[in-house]
Amino acid sequence: MTRVNQVIDIKGLRKNYGPLAAVNGVDLHVSRGEIFALLGPNGAGKSTTVEILEGFRTRDSGDVKVLGVDPAIGGLAARQWRNRIGIVLQTSNDAGDLTVAESVNHFSHYYSEPRDPEEVIAAVGLSDKAGALVRTLSGGQRRRLDVALGIIGNPELLFLDEPTTGFDPKARRDFWSLIRKLKSEGRTILLTTHYLDEAEALADRVAVINKGQIIEVSTPAELGGRATSLAQVSWRENGETKVEKAPHPTAFVAELASRFGGEVPELIVKRATLEDIYLEMIGEADE
Amino acid sequence: MNRSTVKDRTPSTLKLGLLRGNIEIRQFMRQRESVVFTIAFPLILLAIFGAVFSQDIAPGVTFSQYFVAGMIASGLVNSGFQNLAIMIPIEREFGSLKRLRGTPMAATSYFIGKSILVFVTMLIQVLLLLIAGVAFFGVDIPTDPYKWFTFTWLIILGSAAATTLGIAFSAIPKSGRGASAVVSPIVIVLQFISGVFFIFTQLPSWMQQVGAIFPLKWMTQAMRSVFLPDSFASQEVAGQWELGKSFTIILLWLVIGLIFSLRTFRWSDR
Repeated sequence: MTRVNQVIDIKGLRKNYGPLAAVNGVDLHVSRGEIFALLGPNGAGKSTTVEILEGFRTRDSGDVKVLGVDPAIGGLAARQWRNRIGIVLQTSNDAGDLTVAESVNHFSHYYSEPRDPEEVIAAVGLSDKAGALVRTLSGGQRRRLDVALGIIGNPELLFLDEPTTGFDPKARRDFWSLIRKLKSEGRTILLTTHYLDEAEALADRVAVINKGQIIEVSTPAELGGRATSLAQVSWRENGETKVEKAPHPTAFVAELASRFGGEVPELIVKRATLEDIYLEMIGEADE
Repeated sequence: MNRSTVKDRTPSTLKLGLLRGNIEIRQFMRQRESVVFTIAFPLILLAIFGAVFSQDIAPGVTFSQYFVAGMIASGLVNSGFQNLAIMIPIEREFGSLKRLRGTPMAATSYFIGKSILVFVTMLIQVLLLLIAGVAFFGVDIPTDPYKWFTFTWLIILGSAAATTLGIAFSAIPKSGRGASAVVSPIVIVLQFISGVFFIFTQLPSWMQQVGAIFPLKWMTQAMRSVFLPDSFASQEVAGQWELGKSFTIILLWLVIGLIFSLRTFRWSDR
């Protein structure tokens, strides 16, 4: 993979708050066109890392390049860099006295090659609400507006911070298709989320960060040896539920089937979910 | 990629500043509370004080006239300092500023937008006070072009100083909700010691000296030179209007405000 395709390139990133090392030697590489999810518990260094990448926070040491530019730059160079990125922040309650169309239109003027505001409003599914004051929107609609404002500048790289917090399941599914569409347009997306199913549904690769360090970077399917982890087989026998961890679940189930001479009562074969693996990795597993 | 070189043409800071001004005014006018607070409240005060204290304070000069001049000067402080020092912490708390910071818009454009907002609200406020003063409190519209010259530089310089001081002060309130509790009392105290609610020369001399440190005293005095007869100049502390001194002191505060705005302005809490 060539350096040109590295949209985010971090080496040895460190950030201390007093004696606390919030980010303690992070290396990360995100390629063009990827959806990359950064997972980690609160206080793990996730937000600090993302805020350094967004140019909102300074770092103590390490090399950081976002679209080939150090986010710590200032002045005109910073404006040219910001022209190429889009940021969807975590919370927002601002500018409630403008309409959706006014907000998106206004933000389009900040960028040198904006997308068509009407088209962006349609893309996030807010066409019906274009004339509504922002403060009258529901939480999910507001979040869609946040995304519209994040993509109006036609960014090469989009930061999405906890984008679906507070969404109902239907709204989340709709939102995911919107994100997939943005990816299909060739954008790179850095996603931070608390929802493991969201990371699994969207991300090409995930990184787990804990105590200021990256524990693992992998595809959602392979994280933490998930693909090769033992399957858990449970069934009902002699009035009780039996559970067995099986290295070869198919063979094990075949054996069970022959023992029962057909249907195995209440048979369940379960692989570890991304959430199981994640909780184990950050040391919060139940067992 | 050649896309990045094409994207180097970001819109000019001034153009974005003007667009910001437009959007600021639109938002402001839709917030009924702040419109009332900034524009109508001085009118209400004018009605109350003007009606209660209507006696003559010098030959041909009523307290109402004195008070109207002071309230117009206060309008500069209300629309600039008070308005911004309360509004900016709220925008900071609600994340508007952080969102703006994530865009290619320059901070200067944001400040230009705020200055436009201040200037427009100031003009509306001054105009309403002037109309009320003429209609109900016997204030004469000056005919001398020199007085209009004074009036013009005073409202421009005064609201510019109030703007930079408002932006500078916006770094102090810790939360958006607390901002008005911190800012409003400062403005009210200044009005008491600067010759708005009371006749300046009747204040204890220590209070006069404290008042003379701050720009509002000099704004009210210069504003009186516009709306009161020239004979009243002898009633001022120095026996004259001291316009040159007013200009210098207000300009000095503008510079102080500018320096602090540039050094202390914060886009986000923490």
